[in-house]
Order: sequence, then C-alpha cells, then structure tokens
Amino acid sequence: MTNFIQLFILLPILGFAISLFIPEKNENFISRLAYVFVGSHFLISVSFFIYWLIHGHQTLNLKDIVIYKSKEYEFYIDFCYDKITAAYLLVGSFLTFLVTVYSRYYMHREVGYKRFFNTILFFYIGYNVTVISGNFETLFIGWEILGISSFLLIAFYRERYLPVKNAVKVFSIYRIGDVGLILAMWASHHLWHENITFLKLSNYELVHEHLVNHTMIGVFISLTILITAAAKSAQLPFSSWLPRAMEGPTPSSAIFYGSLSVHLGVFLLMRTFPFWDHQLSIRILIGLLGLTTSVIASGIARVQSSVKSQIAYASIAQIGLIFIEVSLGFENLALFHFAGNAFLRTYQLLVSPSVVSYLIREQFYTFTPRIRSVEDYMPAKIKNTLYILCLKEWNLDSFMYRVFWYPFKKLGRTLDFLTVKRLIIFFVPTYLVSFFCYYHRDLIPHSIEHYLPIIFSFIGLVMVIKAFTERRKAIMSWVLVIMNHFWVALAISFNENFQINETFLYLSGIVVAGFFGYLALHRVRKLEGGIDLDQFHGHAYKHTKIAFIFLMCCLGVSGFPITPTFIGEDLIFSHIHENQMLLAFFVALSTIIDGIAIIRIYARIFMGPHVKSIYEMAYRSS
Amino acid sequence: MNQKNSNFDEHHVLHELKHYLPAQAPLKDFIHHNTLHAFQQYKFYDGLRNASEMLGYKVSLSLKEYRDLYISNRIKNNIIERTIIQHKGKENLELWKDKLLNKEYHRAELPRIGSVRSNWKKQYKIDLDSLVHPILFRILCSYLDQGISIWSFPSSNLDFFDHIKEMEKNSMSSFFRSKKARQLFQHSACTITELLDILVGDESLYNQYLFDQQFAHQGWSGMVSAVEDFPETLLDAKKISLQSLIRLELLLEIDSLDSYFGNKWRPLGNLLFDKPLALFEYIPSSEISDVMTIWQDAFEWSYYDEVLAGIQMSHAETAVSQHKSFQGLFCIDDRECSFRRYIERFDPNCETYGTPGFFGVEFFFQPENGKYYTKVCPAPVTPKYLIKEFESTFKLEKDIHFTKHSHSLHSGWLISQSIGFWSAFRLMLNVFKPSTTPAGASSFKHMDKHSILTIENKNLEDKENHLQIGFTIDEMVIRVEGVLKSIGLVKDFAPIVYTVGHGSSSVNNPHYAAYDCGACSGRAGSVNGRVFSTMANHPEVRSILKTRGIIIPESTQFIGGLHDTTRDDIVFYDEHILNAENLAVHQKNIYTFEQALDKNAKERSRRFMSIDTKQEAKKIHEEIRTRSVTLFEPRPELNHATNALCIIGRRSLSKRIFLDRRSFMNSYDYKVDPDGKYLLNILKAAAPVCGGINLEYYFSRVDNQKLGAGTKLPHNVMGLIGVANGIDGDLRPGLPSQMIEVHDPVRLLMIVEQFHEVVLKTIQISPETYEWFINEWVHLVTVNPETKELHEFKDGAFVPYIPLTNQLDTVKDLSVLLESTQENFPVYLINN
Repeated sequence: MTNFIQLFILLPILGFAISLFIPEKNENFISRLAYVFVGSHFLISVSFFIYWLIHGHQTLNLKDIVIYKSKEYEFYIDFCYDKITAAYLLVGSFLTFLVTVYSRYYMHREVGYKRFFNTILFFYIGYNVTVISGNFETLFIGWEILGISSFLLIAFYRERYLPVKNAVKVFSIYRIGDVGLILAMWASHHLWHENITFLKLSNYELVHEHLVNHTMIGVFISLTILITAAAKSAQLPFSSWLPRAMEGPTPSSAIFYGSLSVHLGVFLLMRTFPFWDHQLSIRILIGLLGLTTSVIASGIARVQSSVKSQIAYASIAQIGLIFIEVSLGFENLALFHFAGNAFLRTYQLLVSPSVVSYLIREQFYTFTPRIRSVEDYMPAKIKNTLYILCLKEWNLDSFMYRVFWYPFKKLGRTLDFLTVKRLIIFFVPTYLVSFFCYYHRDLIPHSIEHYLPIIFSFIGLVMVIKAFTERRKAIMSWVLVIMNHFWVALAISFNENFQINETFLYLSGIVVAGFFGYLALHRVRKLEGGIDLDQFHGHAYKHTKIAFIFLMCCLGVSGFPITPTFIGEDLIFSHIHENQMLLAFFVALSTIIDGIAIIRIYARIFMGPHVKSIYEMAYRSS
Repeated sequence: MNQKNSNFDEHHVLHELKHYLPAQAPLKDFIHHNTLHAFQQYKFYDGLRNASEMLGYKVSLSLKEYRDLYISNRIKNNIIERTIIQHKGKENLELWKDKLLNKEYHRAELPRIGSVRSNWKKQYKIDLDSLVHPILFRILCSYLDQGISIWSFPSSNLDFFDHIKEMEKNSMSSFFRSKKARQLFQHSACTITELLDILVGDESLYNQYLFDQQFAHQGWSGMVSAVEDFPETLLDAKKISLQSLIRLELLLEIDSLDSYFGNKWRPLGNLLFDKPLALFEYIPSSEISDVMTIWQDAFEWSYYDEVLAGIQMSHAETAVSQHKSFQGLFCIDDRECSFRRYIERFDPNCETYGTPGFFGVEFFFQPENGKYYTKVCPAPVTPKYLIKEFESTFKLEKDIHFTKHSHSLHSGWLISQSIGFWSAFRLMLNVFKPSTTPAGASSFKHMDKHSILTIENKNLEDKENHLQIGFTIDEMVIRVEGVLKSIGLVKDFAPIVYTVGHGSSSVNNPHYAAYDCGACSGRAGSVNGRVFSTMANHPEVRSILKTRGIIIPESTQFIGGLHDTTRDDIVFYDEHILNAENLAVHQKNIYTFEQALDKNAKERSRRFMSIDTKQEAKKIHEEIRTRSVTLFEPRPELNHATNALCIIGRRSLSKRIFLDRRSFMNSYDYKVDPDGKYLLNILKAAAPVCGGINLEYYFSRVDNQKLGAGTKLPHNVMGLIGVANGIDGDLRPGLPSQMIEVHDPVRLLMIVEQFHEVVLKTIQISPETYEWFINEWVHLVTVNPETKELHEFKDGAFVPYIPLTNQLDTVKDLSVLLESTQENFPVYLINN
C-alpha cells in the first residue's frame, strides 16, 4: 500500500511530460489530457483515502530513492501519508480537477492555452510533492516547483507590464521563504546529523532529547520555519503579495492564490508541529502573528473596493486564524478550517465577475444611502487614520521594498564602477590564486585560512548584489550570477574537506546552464540590439524558443531540481558548521538574491510589453 | 486645438481632455458608441491616422492580416484594382498594387502622447507612474465604489478633492509621504496652474503634460469624466470632476518627487532642451497610411459589393398573401436578422418588421420595489415619462457567496467552515451541471410577466419627480403613428401583431449590459414592447389613428413580447387580452416561434466550439440555453460581432439574400414617406446607434489592447463600475477580446431603399447625422425602389454604383451550409 503513494507524484509528472509535446493548436487534446490525469488522480486520492481509513489510518512512510550518498551525508526522497496529507491531497485534487474542467472551456482561444495547462500540471506536481513529502529535502523540491510555477502563472499575460512586475515581486517573497527552508534544513542537519523524516519528528522522546542540549538551534529552526510559512501564507509582514498575485486568468487565481498555494504555509506548520510543540515561546509567537495578521488583514479587507483584493485579504485574515488554531494545537479544527476556507474562496473568486449584476440588482432594490458600519462609532480622527492606513495596506507593500530590497539596491549602486572587463581582470587571477592555494593549503597561515571562507562567500555575495542591481548590461549580470557560485564553491572548499567530486556536482549544472544561458542572451542581443535591464523588453513575443531555453538555464543556475546543482546546494550547507552563522548567512543571502537576480534577468529581457511593437501593446498601466 | 498659444487656459484644456478621453459609462449603463468619437470631425481615414500618431492606437488590421485576407480571396482582386484606380489613378495601378502586396513597411516612431512626461524617467531615473498610479487608483476606486467595500469611503457632501483634504486634516496618517506635499495640500489653493508651475515650470508644456498624464491612465480619467458629466449614472451618487482628479494627481507627483529627491529636483521644463512636437498638430497622409486606406477600402467593398449585387439579383414578392397569419415587429438589431428569416420560413404567411427596439416609446421604468428609475430608450433621449410596475411577484434572490459577512473576521470564521463546504458542492454542480443562479443576469428579470404597468395617464397632475406617470391618449397616438408609418405598416393588418423586444442572459459577465438592447440604453426591451402594444390596442388611440389614415381593424390585437438572444427563448405579455379566435392563432404562432428559435440556435451554434452544429436543432437549443448559465463560458453569445450592414427598406429588399446575421434591419416603405420625414427619424437614430455599435466593434477589434478591454479572463471588478486587470490596473473601457474575435472590422454600410434625391435632402437636414455620412464613418448607398439602381454617397453627392460581382451562389439547404464552417460566409441567394 505504501508504494501506492508514489502514484500521486508519478501521475502528474507523466501528465506534465506528455502535455509538453502536444501541438499548441490542439486545444482539445491538451485539456482532455489534463482532465484525464487530474481526474484519475482525484479518483485515486479518494479511493486511497478510503482504503487507508478502513485499514487503521496509520501514518505511512516511504523511503523512496536515495539520490546521493557519501559517508556522512545522504540525500533521499521520502514520502509520508497521514491525516494532514490526506486533507491537503483531497482538497487539492478536488479543486484542481474542478478548475481543470472549468478552464477547458473558459480558456478557449486564449493565446497560451497550452502554456496554461502545462503550468497547471507543473504546479500540480509541486503541490503533490509538497503535501506527501516525508522530509525537508523532498518538501523543498515541491516548494521550489510551486515557486516557479506561481511565477509563471502570475506572469501568464507576459506581454503586459503589471503581471510581470507582480510576478517578480511575488517570486522574491517566495524566495525569502525558500531560504528560510534552506536554513531550517541546514540547522536540522546539525541537530540530527541526518536528513530526518517528519515521521521521526513525531517521536517526542527523540525530539526532546535533542532539543534539551540545543535550545538555540531549536528556536532557530522553528523561526526559519515560521518565516517560510508566513511568506507562503501571506501573513505579516508579507501579506501584500497575495492580492497582487491575482493577475492570471480567474480560475488560476482561484485555486492557487485563493486556496491551495496560500494554505501551504499552514501545512508546513502542521507538518513540523511535533518539533515546536514544546517550545512555548514559538507557539505564542505563531499565535500572535496569526492574531495580528487577522486583525490587520480584515481591516484592509473591509476597505477594498475591488472584488479580488477583497477576497484575498479576507482569506489572509482567515489563515491568520488558522495559524492561531495550529499554535493552540487544534489540528483537526485547523484542517477543517483550511478545507472550508479553500472551497469558499475558490468559489467566490470563480463567481467574482457576477458581482456586478448581483450587487447592482440588490442595490437597485434595497439601497439605503448610507449604511452605518462599525467604524462609524469611532471618533472621526481615529476613523480617518485607520481608513487611510487600511487603504494604503498599512504600507506593507512599500515596507517590503524599503526593508528588504532597497538596501541592496543602494549597495549595488556603489558598485557601478564594475564592468565586464574589470570583473574578469579581477575574477580570473584572484580565483586562480585562490584555487592554487586550495591545493597548497600548507602555504597559508592558519589564522588567515579560518577567515577565507567568509571572505570568499562575501565576494560572492557582492557579485550577486551587483547582478541584482545592474541596470545596463544583462550579460554582465548573468556572468556575475555564475561567478557567485564559483565563489561559494571555493568558500566551502576552504571550509572543510569538500570533496572535489562534490564541487563538481555543485558546479556541473551551473556551468552547463550558465554557458547556454550566456549563448541565449548573446543571441538575443545580436538579433535585437541592446538589452539593458532598465526596462522590460518582452522578447518572448518574437523569440519564444530562446525564451524557453533561457528559462531552463535560469532554473539550472538557480539550483532548481533539474540539475545536480540542487543536491549540491543542500550539500554545501551541510558543510557549513553550526557555529558559522555569518558564513551561513552570507551563503543563504546570496542564494536568495541569486534567484531573484536570475528571474529578474529573465523577466526584463523576455517578458513585459515588447519594446518594438508599441502599437500593439497594452498600456503600461493596464 | 491651438497649442502654440503659450497662455495656459485651464478650462480649455479640461474641455479638450474630456473630449478625447474614453466616454464609457459605468458597467451597468454600458452603451456602445464610437470609440474615436473625438476624431469624428475629420474624415474617417484622416481621423484614424491622427488618432494613431497622436495617441498611439492601432487603427486598422495589420498589413499581414490584409494580405492573408487577399490570399484567401476575402479581399478580391478586382475590388483592389478598382480601389487603387479610384485613389491613385489608372496609370499607377501596378506600382501601388506592388506596394500593397509586397513592399515591407516598418513603423518605428513613437506616438506623440507621453513624450513630455517620459522625461522624468529619462532625466531623473524615476518611474512616477508606478509610484503614483497604485495609490491614486485605489483612492479613486474606493471613492467611486458602488458597493463592494464593507467600510466605504467616509462620506461627506464635499467634492472629491476637498473631501480628501478634509480627511487628511483630521487624521494621523496620510496618503502623502512628504511633508512638503502635505503642507501644500493643506495650505494652498492647489490650482492646476499653481501645481504645474512647481512640477513643469514651462507654460508652453502644460497642455501636453496634462494630456500625457491623463492618457497614462485613460480608463480612470475617462470614468471620472463620464461620472462628472452624468452623475445620475451612479446609484450611489458621488461628486467628482476631472479637475479634482488632476489636482490630486499633480500633488501626488510632487509628493513622490519630494520623497525621492528632497529639495534636489527642478521642474521638468528646465531640463527639456528640445521640445516635442505639438500633440495635435495635423498629420498629413503618408505612403503607408495610403496603403492601409486602400486595403481597408478594398476589404470593405469586397463584402459590400456582394451584398449590393445580391440586392439587385434577388427577387422577392413585395407583399405576402392576402391572408396574413400575423405580423411581428422586432428590433433592428443584427441578432434578429436570422430569427426573422426562420419565422418567415416556417410561416410564409407572416410578415416581419424591424424598428429600434424601444418601439418609439421613451420613458423611465420603475419596477416594483425598485429604488431608482431605469431609462429604457436610446441614450441621448431624456424622457419625460415614467412607467411604474405593480403587483410584481418577483423576489430578490440571494446568494450567500456574495454576502459581505464572509469577509469579516468572526462571521468569516463560521462561514468558511460551514458554507465553505456548501461552496464545494455548488462548484461541483456548476461545473458538471450548470443551472440558473441568482448570480446571473437574465432579461426575464427585467419585468414580471404578470405585473401591471401604469401606461395610461388620465390626470396630468399625476407626476413623480417631474416625470409624468404614463402617456395621455394624444401622446400615445403620436408614438404609435410614428412607428407604424416609419416601418410602412399602415394597412392590411394581420389578426395579431407582435412587438417583440429583446434582451440577454449571462452569468459571470460584467459586460452584461452591452448584450441587452442598445435602443433601450442597455436594458431588455420587454416593457417597451408591452407598452407599445397596450397603446396600439387602446380603442381611443385607434379611433384617432383612423382619422390619420391608419385603420386598424377591431379584430387585430397587439401583443408585446421579449426575445432572449442568448437563450433563444421568447415570452409574450398580456396574452389574456386575446379573443378566442386570436388565442387559437396565437397558440399556432407560438409553435412557429419555437421552431424558428430552435433553428436560430442551430445557426448561432456554428460559431461555438463546445457545440456540434450537426446535431438536431432541439438538442442544440438545449445546449445553447445551458451556455447562458455556465460560469465558465466567456461567450454566452457573440452579440453584435460581424455586424456590417444596416438595411433600411422593405423586407422584400433582403428577404431572399443570406446575410449571415450581419445586418441591422429597419423596415421602411418609401411609398408611405415620399418626402423623407420618417426616414430622417430613422437615420437620426440608426446612424449613431448602429454606427456606434459598428465602430466600437471595429476599434475594439483592431486594437484590443488600447481601444478594447483585452481578454476578459483576468478581469477584476472595480467598485462595480468598471473592470481592470489585477488589483492595481487601470480601468479597461471597450470590449473584451471574447466579444470581438470573430468580428471583421468593416464600417457600416447603410442601404436605403428610397430615391437618392430624397435621401440627399433628408440627410442634409440634421448636421450631426450628416457628419456620419460626409466624413465617411458610415457608408451610405441608396437603392432605387423601382429600378433597383444603386447610388453611393461620396463627397456630398450621390453617384451611380455598379457592382463588380456578377454571380452569386444560390443556397437551397441552409443547414448543410451552416454545418460546413465556423468562418464568415459570403453572400448567398436563398431559394426556398
């Protein structure tokens, strides 16, 4: 029976793979394929659930494949099926199935019909991997897929400015969550000295025994998990991304941002509940976060005058309540609440265009000029203050920019003197010298050697910040991103005996993807002329294939689970010691910014309004 | 407009801006109009060229599309050659044909709009739009919101600008980021000129700066301008003006600059070294614009020529048999075109007529319990009458999913855990078995079938809010006579005369009003049909009509009805008045109507992917009905798509031609109207209504991004007044791509069956109607009622037109033809 679990992932993978090869014109085939795969997935989920329920409904765990193994490190895929998984799986496959059927006709004749179903199936892989994952590594794979498929769905209308801008925005917040997860994985390696399964986490004695001596690590892991969950579930201070994600076709907004994607933060919390169960401070923190979010978000929801943003904030507020429920340990209630909220918001979003005829009719018959709301009982000054704050979303959107990205932009601007030539002049000799030193470590004084990893990772970080803020040369930005990885590899090599084959594993994907990405950019520049990063160019409009190849390269370079780099990334962190906070911080930071810088390049060059077809593009403001 | 004059005149600019901005009203009052109405004082192609270069619109198909049409023979070779010769002379035929077919043209120049304001980005590296738009749209939307928000904008009697000022004064938070802007806001007059002095500094640039600024979000600006001009269009009234919007926006711009640069920025004018071209400087034609003109002309005439040839070739008897079974009056709407054809086919003894669907009776309608009046006549008319509904049995249906409680914290907690599961069930039902929900819009909800209307006014004092309740006998006579004479129905009345209005049903469709009857201001025409029938049945009305030469036999009865164009359903009103004999006839007629509706549904279905047209008509009809209640069906019907013609004449003129639902049809008998008196009334309405519909489709089709609303799939409803993409987007006026994708962008060809001398005199009477024809925004051709000779209106005179098409295929079995393709059909002669 346990082996059956794999089917939940294999099915969408197979569907996705086939869907890639269907000719674009064949709408019927594409949607029927999605229908069959998602439909049978739903049926299997239901039957499996019933079978599992009858047969004692015990938590199932399946250690699937070991992907990489060395003497102190093992990377393996692990699946788990329990009550939480069952709930998420059922709700997820039910809604995805209905929305697939819905979209078959809804999307008819839309440019990108195929792309839409591709992305839905891709998302569906990510969702399933996430909810049936049995350890952090597996979960992380799903998490990454969700991030990238969300990006693609939000930017579905890639020829308009706002969807692309918002897609990048949402992606950067997801990225913060991803790194929270990487850090959680890093810390838990050191805590458990293995890739622990969620099943083992539920062993109270084991968890307790480890945490007694490592309280700080325990708190650290819990905090990073909380950040990840908050980012994914649009809790404070990340909330403003959710309404901005409503840029795709209504059904995709409905299932992803109305229901499935946004509840995955809750999922992560429930999954790791046994771990932070006994950390009272963390439980209080989660509860408080949920409470604050639900109060603030419902205030914002009350003033929204557009249907979708109203539903988005109302949903965030409910998720805040679910956070409270989880922190109190009411698991069943939380699951119930999740399902109800997901269904309700999906349906509300799907019927949202009807709101005009419905409310206008209602108003026509029942209008009274001024309905008093609760707020009318407040003093005018407080009322105005709160109203303006809610209308401005408590400045959350600009807060994200000011606190997270603006400092880097500022830092990057101080590096404006860098050019490709200067970079290479700096990079090649320095790197060669360092590499030479690596093989002749005895030449380096021990006191210096200790600092080298930090210095190297810092250089890497600087490179990637420059890549992130570069406004002119796309290719330079790309090269900087690649160089960052070399510095990171070097830093870790100095840190301890990082096997050369491990370095190879890490850099292999990057070198290949980096090389082809460079070619793709080069080609676009040759065909189209200057490609700066100051504006969107929309070259996917004319060069769909190059855009696709470059997207693949982006995934490769950013450590997406299509190249060995993905394992390498995890491996690198396992070589950072638990007392090397600074090193971990630098590497983690460069991983976040690295991903965003890459997506930024992709978005700026290939997405947005096409620069050369001014007369056929939508207004920037639309 | 004269921009060289550097004295900035605020009122003048505001006036100009309002002229050029989109004029679309809020969604519930969606009425088709010429999108480029601001350029109508030019000739069509001059207007288009100027609109394009000034404002960046795409105004025709692309060269490639034209060439593809040529390859597929939709644009015909002989027509192209004739068009080139007309424009460029015979000697240049080969040269220009080569240009049309082969030459590559590149268009790289930027439109003029935006060229001043883009300097902020060039000089200061600041993206003002992305800093100002989100907060500005949010404030506007919340202020104008008609009922989405739970906590609405704090109310007051002040104008938009002063209201916000008042709020800011009494608040600890602010919409502004910098102190300077806040102080400016509170302590100075903040006139447009004063703010522009700070921002731009150079008076000669002010005009264009404001145009640049407002056209960066023409959706919201247009909406504000429309609400300013017609405040009654909002049920929840708001005081706003374009001027106050501009003042706030200028302030927000100053605020953004201040918060970015502190005091370290100078007005834009100081940094501009070479001034851009004046925005409205006339743009002369160029080679490429000539090429496009010729292509468009050839495209249009390739179709027109067939139609005109068809009119000359077809032969239909002018009067049906002496024993008429019934007569039916329908709207001129192009969607009634095929319905009428089928009715006539199933009952060859009937006669159908077309007239604008408000049936000449203009009034406000107030349904029982309605808090407002609804205008049900053409948009430009302001009626003085009110018709009230009584004894309605309708109940307002509710849907828990739209309740605002689900958005609040505590009740949301309960609702999501209870109703949430109900939603899952509902969603499943809606996906697998769509059915009517309270969420949908239905034409049959416009008025209760069994209600009573206050149609007759017996006491002139009977008034409500300055509106007279009902019509007096004399007023009725004028209206009934007017309609009957204009369509030429003055004798030989059948036992039953139907007056059938139309409306539509759809769900998940914010543009629902655009699907209803345009002649009833985007409402269903049921009340009008009923009111007209009641008037025509009135004995006193009939006796006065008799004195005016219209003798309606006592046995003739008028019955109102409503045709739902989405569902192809029909209902009749006041059937109880029918005498026994007529009731029997009526029952038989209902069967005729039902058959016709099934067939009509089948004919429509050929455009729908989800329906197999080869099925039996009844089955298809069921599927068509399901479509109208399906949440995931963005095309419940195709509305006016493919419209291209407006035929004004007797039915015999077009009865034997298959026009593929592309024609508006207004009945008119030249014999009844020798001096063009009724024709003038017809043209006065038909030119702006049909021309407006046609041009809105035209422009939404050629530039769906800038002049249309783009695809409707990501649309988000803003404040119940408009749609936008996402939550930060500008409003999107115009038609969504799902409505126009099958439309061929051709201008309307009006075909009038009357002597051209009479027509010429008639159109010259009314300057605003004449403008449509003389500036070529609508084509006009007359058919001599006796000889069928054609005359085309060109440069102010009628010149003979001889079609190049000399043969048309005859179609025997329509269903075989209809099942053959989804594409537009050429013109066929009908033989049955």
